[in-house]
Amino acid sequence: MKSLRLYALAYLAFLYAPVLVLPVFSFNNSEFIAFPLSGFTIRWYQGLAADTAMQHALGNSLKVGLATALLSTMLGLAAARAVTRYRLKGAGVALGFISLPLFIPDIVLALSLMLLLGAGGLPLSLAAVVLGHLLICVPFALTVLIARFEGFDRNLEEASADLGEDPWMTFWRVTFPLMLPGIVASLLLTFITSFDEFLLAFFLSGTEATLPVYIWGQLRFPERLPMVLALGALILTASVVLVILAEHVRNLGAQKTTVGA
Amino acid sequence: MAFSPIRFKQQFHRFRLRRGPRFSNNPSHKGVNVAQTGRNSTEGYGLIAPALGVMALGLAAPLALLLLTSLKSQSGLGFAQGWTLAQYAAVLGRASYRILFLRSLLISGAVTILTVALAYPVAYFVAFHARRKFVWLVALTIPFWTSYLLRVFAWKIILGFNGLINSGLMRLHLIHEPLSFLLYNPFAVVVTLAHAWAAFAILPIYVSLEKIDRSLLEAASDLGDGALRRFLRITLPLSMPGVIGAAILIFVPTTGDYVTPELVGGPKGAMIANLIEVQFVGAGNWPLGAALSLMGMAMVAVIAGLFVAAARAGAKEIR
Repeated sequence: MKSLRLYALAYLAFLYAPVLVLPVFSFNNSEFIAFPLSGFTIRWYQGLAADTAMQHALGNSLKVGLATALLSTMLGLAAARAVTRYRLKGAGVALGFISLPLFIPDIVLALSLMLLLGAGGLPLSLAAVVLGHLLICVPFALTVLIARFEGFDRNLEEASADLGEDPWMTFWRVTFPLMLPGIVASLLLTFITSFDEFLLAFFLSGTEATLPVYIWGQLRFPERLPMVLALGALILTASVVLVILAEHVRNLGAQKTTVGA
Repeated sequence: MAFSPIRFKQQFHRFRLRRGPRFSNNPSHKGVNVAQTGRNSTEGYGLIAPALGVMALGLAAPLALLLLTSLKSQSGLGFAQGWTLAQYAAVLGRASYRILFLRSLLISGAVTILTVALAYPVAYFVAFHARRKFVWLVALTIPFWTSYLLRVFAWKIILGFNGLINSGLMRLHLIHEPLSFLLYNPFAVVVTLAHAWAAFAILPIYVSLEKIDRSLLEAASDLGDGALRRFLRITLPLSMPGVIGAAILIFVPTTGDYVTPELVGGPKGAMIANLIEVQFVGAGNWPLGAALSLMGMAMVAVIAGLFVAAARAGAKEIR
């Protein structure tokens, strides 16, 4: 199976080549992104540190991402509990409806939301972006959380109830800790989805740019490109760290569950 | 034979696959306890209501509005009185629109086939031959943790007239003037999308290959199948759910992608989403933009539905 292995390595190279353009040319001492490389510099990163518009956009993205992650995970948690713990008529239809945004092009979601805001006389805003992001994030949250609800033994909840805990305490002392790895995964997935989302934010954010909208604006100016690449390299680094951390937390959670069960 | 938890898990998964959609709420295989099923389900509806409410507000209402808008016609900054099907006639009647629709389908069809075909051997390698699977899976997904915009833009940098391929080849004196056929055409869009959506092919295919009961493969070998025959008769059919899933996950969103054709497609590589954007923002013709959106969605839904039906029928045939 040597040839298969070689192919897999070649495929990895195909996946990494465009991504490595970001860090490599973010340290390149030239405004032109072309070979040959012309020396090492950190001036593009220094430029980023001084760029207040970028930092404002980053702040907006963090706000939208956090709001979206928290809201979609809460909505997903309630809905996942409803479909896994109750016998509901029409639950399949409801789940289909909630998953529908995944099958609709983002541009259609964005423009039809814009129509709605227009019809309601509401301004474009970060809140509108959050609503747009909920459409694509709730289905993700729901998928992750349903899998987790199905994964643990519901007798534990029954036992808690039988031993005299009220439903609220049962939720906090039994359900929530068991769901925690799923909740963390859902928060992370929805945050990253929202943080990276461009099109909905582009049409709905109005004057308050999120980071991808800011990046899109910068792509027109060739002299700003190396700075954008530096920003991309930083986002990549932060994401990798975040994913490794989340994996670590997930493993801790998994061990705990086995011990507890 | 001793009870094997792994074997049990695999069989459980196969059982679930046969039982249909993951989201099934059929209580018979969820072990819902009698005490709970008897409980008042109002509470359950209360729990799912907020999510449904958000979807009604953010999805159903806007889509209804989109439908109404598509039945109007633009008159200055507002809409003309009365309802009309003129926009749909316009969409169907204009050859340039038909070309754009067809091109979008061809591009995302090519992307789907290319991405799945390129990713399958990798997923196969990781599932059956890699020693450290987890390391491979992480290595294969890390490139997708950069911004989508920048991943797409990186291809513009690579393929551009003064880009990396051209400057590299000129530096090596392999060419004397930049190659101009690399960027701003459907080819650039296909390559970029095949890269941007690779994870959506690798992961579902890997999962379905990983679920295959290894004893089936042994049985095929014991009964005299060679490696190729065994692959075609056992591995490939059993991995079809992953392949179909990957194809849908890639085909549906790439047909409506805006960023990639906008950045690397040029006029020759423009797709439906770009046309919709132009109608809404550039030309200010909202009814036409709305009709294009709905027709585009309908087209993708029909094709994806037909594809799934055909794939299911094909899978039945094999069994």
